Amino acid sequence: MLKTSLYNIHISLGAKMAPFGDWLMPIQYQGILAEHAHTRQAVSLFDICHMGEFMLEADPALSGFDRIVTQNIISMPEGSCRYGFMLNQQAGVLDDLVVYRINQTNWMLVVNSATTAGDFAHLKKNLLGQFKLQDVSDKTGKLDVQGPQSLDVLKNIFGDGISKLNYYTFSEFVFEGQRCIISRTGYTGELGYEIYISTDYVARLWEVLLEDNRVKPAGLGCRDTLRLEMGYPLYGHELDTAHTPLAAGLLKFVDLSKDFIGKGALLNEQELGQKEHLICFQTDSRRGPRHGFAIFADKKQVGTVTSGSFSPSLSVGIGMGYVSGHYVIGDELTVKDANIEIPVKVVKKPFYKKEN
Amino acid sequence: MNIPKNLFYTKDHEWARIEGKTAYIGITDYAQHSLGDITFIELPKIGEELKQSGYCATVESVKAASEVYAPLSGKVLSVNTELAAHPELINQSAYEKGYFISLEISDVAEKTKLMDAASYERYVEGLTK
Repeated sequence: MLKTSLYNIHISLGAKMAPFGDWLMPIQYQGILAEHAHTRQAVSLFDICHMGEFMLEADPALSGFDRIVTQNIISMPEGSCRYGFMLNQQAGVLDDLVVYRINQTNWMLVVNSATTAGDFAHLKKNLLGQFKLQDVSDKTGKLDVQGPQSLDVLKNIFGDGISKLNYYTFSEFVFEGQRCIISRTGYTGELGYEIYISTDYVARLWEVLLEDNRVKPAGLGCRDTLRLEMGYPLYGHELDTAHTPLAAGLLKFVDLSKDFIGKGALLNEQELGQKEHLICFQTDSRRGPRHGFAIFADKKQVGTVTSGSFSPSLSVGIGMGYVSGHYVIGDELTVKDANIEIPVKVVKKPFYKKEN
Repeated sequence: MNIPKNLFYTKDHEWARIEGKTAYIGITDYAQHSLGDITFIELPKIGEELKQSGYCATVESVKAASEVYAPLSGKVLSVNTELAAHPELINQSAYEKGYFISLEISDVAEKTKLMDAASYERYVEGLTK
């Protein structure tokens, strides 16, 4: 099992560790419910060092980079980030990724850990002419600081400059002499930041962040419930090569005005009508749907649950899944496995909306 | 790990407190700790007949759903209705406020199939090594 450079710190904090892909990661410290609530109300610190980062030096048009991802990267201002996908020829999702534009020809790509090697090979195969592509995952640490008080916490460490960051922008900052990148991005639905720093400094930064008593460590358990409450997809669950961004309802992260790998198949699916689509649903009890449960309409299976959990903010079960056929908000379905059967109602995403 | 001396235990981490012909049943501190925050519970109905090692209840944590088996056979006398709204009582007080049900023991001899506290403690130590 791979371990991040914070492994010993997690153990000393009493974390429950569990395999996450090839990595042994902290699932929880105090408990998923407490960490979830703390992220929504204050600020949490997550070790996300397992994720992959690539550095790319390439002209976006000449190198064909713009053709490899679905987001329009040519129009991105320097210092901005943009979310999108890498698709195969059939428009199946190879990965979802955030592209950072450092300057006209320098980029950072943040990808999922399990797909890092495949993504790297796909990029290398499809980039043309002059480019320099480096997988810097091993030497790049990533800490997510998420929650309504995250700005105040980071201001004390990185200075007032951090308040200039708008949503989906980033800048370079210095921590104890070491350069790092901070973006105002996240996976929780809260105000939040993602910090990229050399793995040599990540333990020190973790320590300094926790010196602020508003900050508590949080594990991947609540990261999952937080993202699910927002209806954010997770690669390997809502996103995979068997489904397209159209089926996932994520076309807004696909620029159909440009050319990209998989566009033909995507347009074809759009024209013929999609076979499946992703729906969100909730239960009327505390009972949680689970990944892999079948979705039934009357007595017929119409789909499969891709993610499901108890929602700590709403105190009901919530989930997402692919269904064939058309279902609208308010439709009643059943999700079940061999022993459990739960009535659910189709709802809109996000499941959770912040008050005010 | 909290393992009260006066209870009997199963390998699936259920406990039974035997008071004459009545047994109180729940899951152990080890079980609640491995499950994490418990968010839902489905209990049997009063009057239902349970079989030793047979299905008794389902507990759900944020991460997963798990079945709980009856440590002894018997008829359900009462269920802990507090747990429906406050399943966290199982995490907070696995042996007291977080008990699941009480039942009327149908065969007290079944007790021999359960572990006492000392044996259960050794069993759990073996699991955590």
